[in-house]
Amino acid sequence: MRAVAIVPAYNEEQNVGRVVGEIRAFDASFDVVVVDYGSFDRTADVAREHGARVLRLPFNLGIGGAVQTGFRFAFENGYDLAVRIDGDGQHDPAQLDVILAPVLSGEADIAVGSRFASTDGSGYRSSRSRRVGIRLLAWVVSRIVRRRVTDTTSGFQALNRRAIALFARDYPHDYPEVEATVMVFRHRLRSVEVPVTMRERGGGRSSITALRSIYYMSKVLLAIFVGLFRRNVVPEEGS
Amino acid sequence: MTPLAVSIAGTIASLALLLIVLELIRSRRLRERYALLWVATGIALVVLSAWRDGLNTIAGWVGVRSYPPAVLFAVGILFIILVLLHYSTVISRLSDQNVLLAQRLALLEEGLQSDGSR
Repeated sequence: MRAVAIVPAYNEEQNVGRVVGEIRAFDASFDVVVVDYGSFDRTADVAREHGARVLRLPFNLGIGGAVQTGFRFAFENGYDLAVRIDGDGQHDPAQLDVILAPVLSGEADIAVGSRFASTDGSGYRSSRSRRVGIRLLAWVVSRIVRRRVTDTTSGFQALNRRAIALFARDYPHDYPEVEATVMVFRHRLRSVEVPVTMRERGGGRSSITALRSIYYMSKVLLAIFVGLFRRNVVPEEGS
Repeated sequence: MTPLAVSIAGTIASLALLLIVLELIRSRRLRERYALLWVATGIALVVLSAWRDGLNTIAGWVGVRSYPPAVLFAVGILFIILVLLHYSTVISRLSDQNVLLAQRLALLEEGLQSDGSR
């Protein structure tokens, strides 16, 4: 079983080394691929120094385009298992076994770590507007996929070969996790949410500001709504 | 007051625009990020065409007394300007990225050739 960790990173020279190191410490058999999507800093160098392979995109394709590069790499290189861990350090590689378990047992094609699924009240702290946005999207998505989805924006995920193949072919762009959740459902892949705790960001700054969230929100809602009317869910290659 | 025929024609035309935009997104010929302004244009024109009292009120605010549908033209033109301006920024970004891609390709090709001749 070949496994790869896909780590999207944008200007994360302060965090990416630690993330790569922690993934290797969790399981040294994981190949680590850092997708550097247009950083101005030493992200790519730091990642290489810590033993990761680096896919350096010539400009910022957005998080969706970056992550899909990793999925294409995983698909074309025949990996059976992939995990996605963000390069900013908010996902704790020590919790990889939690999100890997449902995929390894064959219970799910994709497992998503949720900040809000835990029942012990250890919530996730974030700005008010962002929490409202996440809640609203979770509500919309839960209605569509007919199961409770608490965290539609989580990028902490484990995927089997089927899910890797789907995302390598088709993955949404700017704010991809929400649309991807709906996509996975429409393709009848099995997905589960598992509770995880996420860390505060290390150094650096989140790329999401208030105005951007409004733009993303309208874009994502439009995409989800229109996507519901697609019969041919996966586009033909090259069309 | 706006003639009824103008309101009906305006509503039909802007609904058609909205449907075409949605169909283009559905068939993946238009990306959502480039469609948002078109959707906003369609919604604004539908609302202003169908909501006759609203159009009159807004026409009053901006000092158009003789022919309220002129506001429809103004709003339409405003949105067209916004869409064009947006496209100019998109084209600028695309041409910057194109330059970068060509440069990276040249560097890559040189690297491959000097690897091969070594």
